[in-house]
Amino acid sequence: MTRPMTMAEKILAAHAGLDEVVPGQLIECDLDLVLANDVTAPIAIKTVREITDAVFDADRVILVPDHYVPNKDIKSAEQAKIVRDFVREQGISHYYEVGCMGVEHALLPEQGVVGAGDLIIGADSHTCTYGALGAFSTGAGSTDAGVGMATGKAWFKVPETIKFVIDGELAPGVTGKDVILHIIGMIGVDGALYKAMEFTGSAIATMPMDERLSISNMAIEAGGKAGLIPVDDVTRAYMDGRAERPYTAYYSDEGAEFAQVIAIDAADIVPTVAFPHLPSNTRPVAEARDVRIDQAVIGSCTNGRLDDMRQAAAVLKGRTVHPDVRCIVIPATQQVYQQCIAEGLMDIFINAHCAVSTPTCGPCLGGYMGILAAGERAIATTNRNFVGRMGDPTSEVYLSSPAVAAASAVLGHIGLPEDLEPVASAAE
Amino acid sequence: MQFKGTVHRYGRDIDTDVIIPARYLNTSDPAELARHCLEDLDTEFVSNVQAGDIIVADENFGCGSSREHAPIAIKAAGVDVVIAKSFARIFYRNAINTGLAIMECPEAVDAISNGDVVSVDADAGIITDETTGESFTAQPFPPFLMEIINAGGLVPRWQKKLGK
Repeated sequence: MTRPMTMAEKILAAHAGLDEVVPGQLIECDLDLVLANDVTAPIAIKTVREITDAVFDADRVILVPDHYVPNKDIKSAEQAKIVRDFVREQGISHYYEVGCMGVEHALLPEQGVVGAGDLIIGADSHTCTYGALGAFSTGAGSTDAGVGMATGKAWFKVPETIKFVIDGELAPGVTGKDVILHIIGMIGVDGALYKAMEFTGSAIATMPMDERLSISNMAIEAGGKAGLIPVDDVTRAYMDGRAERPYTAYYSDEGAEFAQVIAIDAADIVPTVAFPHLPSNTRPVAEARDVRIDQAVIGSCTNGRLDDMRQAAAVLKGRTVHPDVRCIVIPATQQVYQQCIAEGLMDIFINAHCAVSTPTCGPCLGGYMGILAAGERAIATTNRNFVGRMGDPTSEVYLSSPAVAAASAVLGHIGLPEDLEPVASAAE
Repeated sequence: MQFKGTVHRYGRDIDTDVIIPARYLNTSDPAELARHCLEDLDTEFVSNVQAGDIIVADENFGCGSSREHAPIAIKAAGVDVVIAKSFARIFYRNAINTGLAIMECPEAVDAISNGDVVSVDADAGIITDETTGESFTAQPFPPFLMEIINAGGLVPRWQKKLGK
């Protein structure tokens, strides 16, 4: 009988061919998937070529150009071309060209490429998103990704786990994004440094997958190595019919040792906004109403999924964006985009004077498609608000849920959907 | 490995967006990245930094994105070693994998001031502030990581392993 292990320890042990692992242990693991994007892949590809002539498995290397595509400029076009040429040369099956492309961490769960029990590294820090499906999935650099693509292996230090138990019912209008901002505000941007986070409790159990993905997505913003959510009926309902490969559910054992167990009453969580310049600098939205904004961005790997679009559209329906605000909506994948059309959300956005874009990471990282001038402020459903993140070093980013970003776009300042004037009925 | 240089002292949570802003990520050329290293935090860093200089910072250095452009930019700017109270985990991996020397030593960080001349014996983990004469011992790396560091990074380690 091995010692009781956490979900994170079990997935790592299984991929290291070991019966058990302990926190702090350095192990070499077999990877299920290795991914990179148009920013990180060129360096990873160079690494692959320094080691070998062929990737370890052309079906398990995932390349998603999403940061600067459709190509922002000539240099970005060259980067994207390096990726495309490599894909053709190596016969890589999971490549998503512009037109099929989506923001990687929205796209890969949606397409059933990533699944429970997988061990995944990605040269993108938000690779931790797939923890919501029960995968141990973590961000790494281009060299790790390149070595992973060449060998199918990576080294890991087995992390301790912090378990979050979020029990009770979230108030209406409080979303997964508010939960994770609340947690980051509580523990800080290095509160989970070198550790895995596991999210459990009745508030998680009743949460739809799109919001769970937002929670796991931002584990890295607390320094976390992974943001795991145990597989349940919601996970199975999401994965069944879309998972490409059989998946395995791992659960933390009774008696498993956690670095810390943090209990949170769901009723204590309110709509939350993170002020510049750290995701941990959180305040209730209700205390942020004096912040005027120039731009709102609704999208990204954190909040560009269908539920996010629906929540934003519910606020924007019948309203128009404040004349001093630019509101940019970016459905994160082609499927989300198409569904927005089918459900009439696109009409709502366009009638509200939003600019709607094809999928891209663009503004989230200050790449393009919504860069801020000196001194400008944006509210964004993205994940980071560091100095200069969305443009000029003197610009500011405030992080929130889609409903709050949409309400703020209409108000011209940060605020809640309930702050808005009621919409006049169609008859009037 | 021995290093000696002038210290550029920064605070906590120095994120990869200020180390190398994303607006420059349309290239991976080290020299070009170095020209913009830390510019959103310290506009004078690039003009002040000399080959062999040392960055000293508080907790969680390198937090944020996974961009390896961050350690690449720091190294190409001429910095030999970064000493911090702690490193964000992806930056920690990236530094080891790409051969940028890093050391965790909270005591040294607290004692070292901007502009001090510091010498480092990376193998013994000894950090000496030549300006004040104080010495400190950093956390040693586990043997597995020393193997990567001594090989010169993750790629040389694998090249050696695969006989390439």
